[in-house]
Amino acid sequence: MSTSLPTTTASSAQSLPSAAEALRLFHRMQLIRTFEEQVRNLYSGGMIPGLVHLCAGQEAVAVGVCSLLGVDDMIASNHRGHGHCLAKGADMARLMAEVLGRRTGYGLGRSGSLHVFDAANGNLGTTGIVGGGIPLAAGAALSAKRRGRRQAAVSFFGDGALNQGLLFEVLNMAAIWRLPMLFVCENNGFGEFTAIEDVTAGPDPIARGLSFGIPSETVDGMDVLAVRAAAQGALARARDGGGPTFLVCNTYRFGGHHVGDKHDYKDDADAKAWRLKDPIERFGRWLQDSNMATASTIAALKNDIDEEVRAAIDLAKAAPFPAADDLGIHLHA
Amino acid sequence: MPSPRTATYRAAVLEALFSEMRLDDSVILMGEDIGAAGGVFKQTEGLFAQFGSERVIDTPISEAGAFGIAVGAAMTGQRPVFEVMFGDFITLIMDQLVNQAAKINYMSAGQFSVPLVLRTAVGIGGNLGPQHSQSLHAWLVHIPGLKVVMPSTPADAKGLMAAAIRDDGPVIFFEDRMLYNLRDAVPDGDYVVPIGSAEIKRTGRDVTIIAIGRMVHMALAAAELLAKDEISAEVIDPRSLVPLDVDTLVASVKKTSRAIVVDGGYRQYGVTGEIASTVAEHAFDWLDAPVIRIGGADVPIPFSKSLEPLVLPDAQQLARDAAALVRGRR
Repeated sequence: MSTSLPTTTASSAQSLPSAAEALRLFHRMQLIRTFEEQVRNLYSGGMIPGLVHLCAGQEAVAVGVCSLLGVDDMIASNHRGHGHCLAKGADMARLMAEVLGRRTGYGLGRSGSLHVFDAANGNLGTTGIVGGGIPLAAGAALSAKRRGRRQAAVSFFGDGALNQGLLFEVLNMAAIWRLPMLFVCENNGFGEFTAIEDVTAGPDPIARGLSFGIPSETVDGMDVLAVRAAAQGALARARDGGGPTFLVCNTYRFGGHHVGDKHDYKDDADAKAWRLKDPIERFGRWLQDSNMATASTIAALKNDIDEEVRAAIDLAKAAPFPAADDLGIHLHA
Repeated sequence: MPSPRTATYRAAVLEALFSEMRLDDSVILMGEDIGAAGGVFKQTEGLFAQFGSERVIDTPISEAGAFGIAVGAAMTGQRPVFEVMFGDFITLIMDQLVNQAAKINYMSAGQFSVPLVLRTAVGIGGNLGPQHSQSLHAWLVHIPGLKVVMPSTPADAKGLMAAAIRDDGPVIFFEDRMLYNLRDAVPDGDYVVPIGSAEIKRTGRDVTIIAIGRMVHMALAAAELLAKDEISAEVIDPRSLVPLDVDTLVASVKKTSRAIVVDGGYRQYGVTGEIASTVAEHAFDWLDAPVIRIGGADVPIPFSKSLEPLVLPDAQQLARDAAALVRGRR
């Protein structure tokens, strides 16, 4: 990182998770991975219409941040959002039903993977517009500030949104109004099919936060504990009235922009190097090294997740498609 | 009998804002220069002093981001009234309005609603030129999920603002800035005009003039001219463009058998076309003549004093067109 701008660290209150909490982090990341592997299979089998965008490789960011949020802390996701939804507590069968376009889904199967809303768990939605969720999270933070109950909001967006004007507008307002929120950039190196360095000016992405006087930090997005530590400090500041934080979590999208994208524009050596940083394998090793889990507990946990996901898929596949009567409902509140 | 209380259009909207903000703490205002400055048209004067900066929020000149924040606030318990200073600037918020606000209730299957009012000043006048004079309501009536109102009188402005704030979805409130000083009767106290209800502003039997926003007053002036010519014109103000009170419009056209639709926005692909075809579909067998559309000239609105007045139709021309229609010369 080469920057002459001042950097600040958000990680003031780092604490290691308990064994139980650590296993929950692992469980949630693995659940997302398994869920998405099944989405890929279903898509390849022609079960899913349209497009789906998977987050394999990026699970540590969603889980690290959302593990610290309550149901009344709001998040706004992006187009690569299954991980955020599940990390925030979404019901897997309902999420899968939405992805499959079934009536038991979060939007009656009318909205699809790109438009999943989960009010009960504080999720303002995935969105098909790059950067589109950023102001929604800020609006939730404005509401939270008015309520004064120490709630916070988180906006997840990719490096593609670093070049949306909307981000700059919202960063500015979040700073001047000291909104209790986190801007979490999942920098996976590619905006759709284009490398970040080909389309992004400036010394470092965190300069976008720093230029508004917002505490900003670069985080190893492949390390769930690093993400969690950074988010912990940032959330404490937000809840204490200290305003927003801008986190750039460096991560990698193991797959393409969407299922079906062969992603041959990636550098092979680079992709291989990132694979070695797989956040789930890495955290699994850490759990064992820290004597929080054994290889067999991890294997058992994965088996349980396989079954859980299979059951969710069965439930979703058994659900009906929305009927013609569903076409016009909910147009107006 | 005492004469009814009067107020200006500007003051009538303000009455609704004061009253709704007193009734409901979740009503907040957001916009440029609306706080301490009281609004560029003095349309929010006094609200900041009464309710403070937490509820009357001056935004930076960042329409897209600020409006998006209002949408997020609306999803999480607030009822924002968001002001876009000039109607021309709605172009800056279109993504957040069209792709988010209008669709969130539907996409979320009712889990989230967006109880938000977007108010914006439109209309030609004062030589403000091509980027500060447009009436772009035709852009928004096209989008499912939005309600769109355009009151023409102080009473309707008060009643529709109250209705818009109480509505649980996004409502667009177009106010013609050339009407701000118009003074007329305004009911005291709590007053709500239901969204989706047209009003017959003048009854007649020979021709129906459906006029929108400021054009209502032009149509009433034309009706006066026509009366001198022994032609009886009925003037109807839809007041709401979405939902449109089709029944009231069609009933009138079935009575008069002739219809003219007048709007201050661009004529091409405008709301006059939609209303004219709706009326024709429902009252074809009753019509004695084609439905006539009259709109603003399809040009960027010129600044020059010699040209600006040529953009909008005037009462004399409308009266001539109506007379020709009634006498079978169209």
